[in-house]
Amino acid sequence: MNPIGNLNKLFDSRIRLGVMSILVVNEEVSFNDLKQMLELTDGNLASHLTTLEENGYLKVHKGFVGRKTNTTYSITKAGEKAFKSHLAALENMIRSIE
Amino acid sequence: MNEQQHLETLSDIKRIMERSSRFISLSGLSGVWAGLSGLAGAWIAYNWLNNYYNAWEAHGGYSDADFAGLRIKLILLAAAVVLVALAGGTYFTWRRARRNQLPIWDPTSRKVLVNIAIPLATGAFFILGLIADNQPALIAPSCLVFYGLALVNASKYTLSDIRYLGIAEIVLGILNVFFLRRGLYFWTLGFGVLHIIYGIVMWWKYERTAKAGS
Repeated sequence: MNPIGNLNKLFDSRIRLGVMSILVVNEEVSFNDLKQMLELTDGNLASHLTTLEENGYLKVHKGFVGRKTNTTYSITKAGEKAFKSHLAALENMIRSIE
Repeated sequence: MNEQQHLETLSDIKRIMERSSRFISLSGLSGVWAGLSGLAGAWIAYNWLNNYYNAWEAHGGYSDADFAGLRIKLILLAAAVVLVALAGGTYFTWRRARRNQLPIWDPTSRKVLVNIAIPLATGAFFILGLIADNQPALIAPSCLVFYGLALVNASKYTLSDIRYLGIAEIVLGILNVFFLRRGLYFWTLGFGVLHIIYGIVMWWKYERTAKAGS
C-alpha cells in the first residue's frame, strides 16, 4: 500500500492545515481570531476558508455584533474525520521510515 | 516531501492546536509575586489586629469606633493587595509573552479571564453580603473557596497545572470553615505560601530552560 495515498491533497497547504488545527480544538472561531493566530492577511485567509467550506470541511456562521458582521467558523464531522486521517497518515509515514 | 518535513508539519499542528486553545504565557513569577504580596498584606493585617486588641485592653473593652476603623482599614488593605498582586502578575506574564513573541491579549487569554471572572465575581458578591451582615469569620474561607473554584475553572484554558493550585485552595478554604477564628493563618497559607510554591514549581518546569536559551 502506498502511504502517500492517505495524505489529503487539500491539506498540502500549510494555511488550510493551520485553520483545521485551530478548529479541531475550538468550538467556534471568528475570522479575526483565525487571522491573528495564523498571522495572515484578509484575502489570503478568505480564499482558503472558501476552499475548505466548498469541500464541506467547515461550517460558516454569519452573525452580527452590533452593526458589524461577525463571521465565525466551526469544523464539520467530515472535516474532523479528514483532518484526523491526514494526521494518522503523516504519523504512519514517519513511523514506516524509522 | 520527506520525513523531516512531515515531522515539522506534525509539530506545527501540535503547536497551533495548543496555542489556539490554551494561554501558555502565564508566568510562574506572577505566582511568586502574588504570594509575596499576600504575605506582606497578611503581615500588615496581623500587626493591625494586634494593635486593635492592645487598644481593646487599654480601653478596657470593645469600642465601636475602633472596630469600624479596623474594618475599613482591612477592606482597603485587601483591595490594595489584590491590585498590587494583579499588576505585578500581569507584568511578569506580559514579559514572558513578549519573550516568546506571543500576544498577551488573544482569544485564549480572554477565555482565561472570563472563566476566572465568573466564580470570582460570584465570590465577591457573596463576600460583600458577609461584610454587610458582619460575618468576618467566613470571609477568609469564602475567598479561598471561590478563588480555588475560579482557578479550576480557568485551568481548561491555560497551563493545566493551575488546577492543582485551585484544588489546594478549595481544600484550605473548607478546612478553614472548621477553624473559623484562624482565617488569617489560612489566608496567609493559601494566598501567600501556596502561590510562592506554585510559582517556583511552574518557573522551574517551564521557564528555567527557556530563559537560559534566550
